[in-house]
Amino acid sequence: MTEALLALWDGAFGSSYAIWSATLVRSAPLLLLGLGVALAFRAGVLNIGAEGQFLMGAISATAIAQSVGGAVPSIVLIPVMALVGALAGASWAGIAAWLRQRFGVLEVISTIMLNFIALASISWMVRGPLQEPTRIYPQSAEIPASAQWPFLIPGQRLHLGFLLGLLLCAIAWVVLTRTAIGFRIRAVGASPSAATSAGEIDVARTVMRVFLVSGGCAGLAGAAEVGGVTWALYEGISPGYGYTAIAVALLARLHPGWIVVSAIFFGALEAGASAMQRDAGIPSVVVQVIVAVIILGVLAGSQRHGVGGTASARAGSRR
Amino acid sequence: MDALLIPFLDATIRTATPLAYAALGELATERSGVINIGMEGIIIAGCLGGLVAAGAGGATMGFLGGVLAGVLMALIFALFVLRLRANAIITGTALTLLGLGLTGTLYRGLFGLEGAALDTPSIAPVALPGLAAIPVIGPVLFTQTVMTYLLYLLVPLLAWWLTRTHAGLALRAVGESRAAALAAGIDVQRIRWGAILFGGAMGGLCGATLVLAQVGTFTEGMSAGRGFIAIAIVVLGRWRAVGTALAALVFGGAFALQYLLQAAGWALPYQLFLALPYLLTLVLLAALRGRAEAPAELASQER
Repeated sequence: MTEALLALWDGAFGSSYAIWSATLVRSAPLLLLGLGVALAFRAGVLNIGAEGQFLMGAISATAIAQSVGGAVPSIVLIPVMALVGALAGASWAGIAAWLRQRFGVLEVISTIMLNFIALASISWMVRGPLQEPTRIYPQSAEIPASAQWPFLIPGQRLHLGFLLGLLLCAIAWVVLTRTAIGFRIRAVGASPSAATSAGEIDVARTVMRVFLVSGGCAGLAGAAEVGGVTWALYEGISPGYGYTAIAVALLARLHPGWIVVSAIFFGALEAGASAMQRDAGIPSVVVQVIVAVIILGVLAGSQRHGVGGTASARAGSRR
Repeated sequence: MDALLIPFLDATIRTATPLAYAALGELATERSGVINIGMEGIIIAGCLGGLVAAGAGGATMGFLGGVLAGVLMALIFALFVLRLRANAIITGTALTLLGLGLTGTLYRGLFGLEGAALDTPSIAPVALPGLAAIPVIGPVLFTQTVMTYLLYLLVPLLAWWLTRTHAGLALRAVGESRAAALAAGIDVQRIRWGAILFGGAMGGLCGATLVLAQVGTFTEGMSAGRGFIAIAIVVLGRWRAVGTALAALVFGGAFALQYLLQAAGWALPYQLFLALPYLLTLVLLAALRGRAEAPAELASQER
């Protein structure tokens, strides 16, 4: 037990390499994914499809990097990858948003179904259109050097995606607390009927936009993972980041500022768990248990406050 | 044609069987006005519970183990949603993560990284004397495992219980209007506890059936979204027992189509068939809008 915990700690914070090249590298996707989930939950959109939106972002970023290849310089290619990834994530979320608005399909179910369809898509991509040239391994070829995202610190693996995540969290913080858009999002999440009658807010439009932005964040995380970490596409590219993101968002009480802290905490947990599996033989899926227990703990602690507001939004919009 | 059709229909019934258990459990839960999104976690717990118990005491013990694991998971759900009044959707999501994580951890802990107890006891199909001899219907409907035959009894029983008994009426009343049920002196909490735990038992049976009657072993994440598909099946079955069983067949067919189309040698990527049940869920949920008669209390999940 102590041996396992020591391995966990060492893997997460034991050395400068552990901090800058393991913990924070794993925090990067969680920052973006957690922010996306939190924004959606704030508006009463229970988007639990971050995993699928992440995968679609990763697929699209890989595809664009491979197809334009070395012909385009980094300064153009990297923003294009980020944009294409975000658009892919937003489109994938857009399907669920459209199904909710047009047909009243619960987004909890549709986003989960889209996660499975995204998994099937990536499985096909790495054995079909995007498979590496020798056609032996189920993965893509390495993306060209110009598509690889810059590292932030020499000798460490921390990449541009982390910085983007911090930046977006800061922007979201300002937007949510200081602007009319932010007020609308919070009003819709608190009570859609009150938002419509008293605030004259177009609930449907707000929900649709937040859903798209949420998916965009997840798609961007997928692009950043391919560009900054794996440099190739393969099926296991996400160890369930999209689900961990739900815990990241809930633990942060859906607040963009706390997302940073919460994402680093879960990033450390993921990094430590890999070390624990390697050094102490404890399977890293144990992280999922911890994630679930934390979600349940937050629920038990908050009871009818905090996240409870989203439920009324859900109920109001469905009828 | 028979060479393809009969194996396809046979596979449809076989894959629909576990789905039907989970969907009937979800049906009872939803009829009490609570949606259990955590059915996925219950099913995977039932899978491992079934495997472990079967390894210790044979196939029958396996099904009991599945039920026990499912009920334990449902207990957590009921505790949070009914006692602590936590958001049902997020609790359900956490339950799914808990089920997937816990089974993965325990499985590797129990069987090591190389995995599987490959000598898991399993139950074989039993041909019902006489009935199995009927052309087409016989090999399809009456050459299945005991778990399928049990459904033939359970579905009409549940339909009768829901529509014709006092307890079934009370369950439906709670799902339609909590306030009216309370006014009528019905113990709403007790009925919902019962409905959620029954859902857990049925989800556990789904998992045990998957392991002991269909796949024959355990793999991590083998529930593969069946908990969510069960929710779609209930919608397609319009919250009725017989309808739900028939809807399970549609999804059984979507899974079975993989075998049929592979056997037919179609040159389509197999991932398309992997995605088919999930695509079907989306299409059906969209198409059934407005015609569905959901229990009214489902809309106010924060209760």
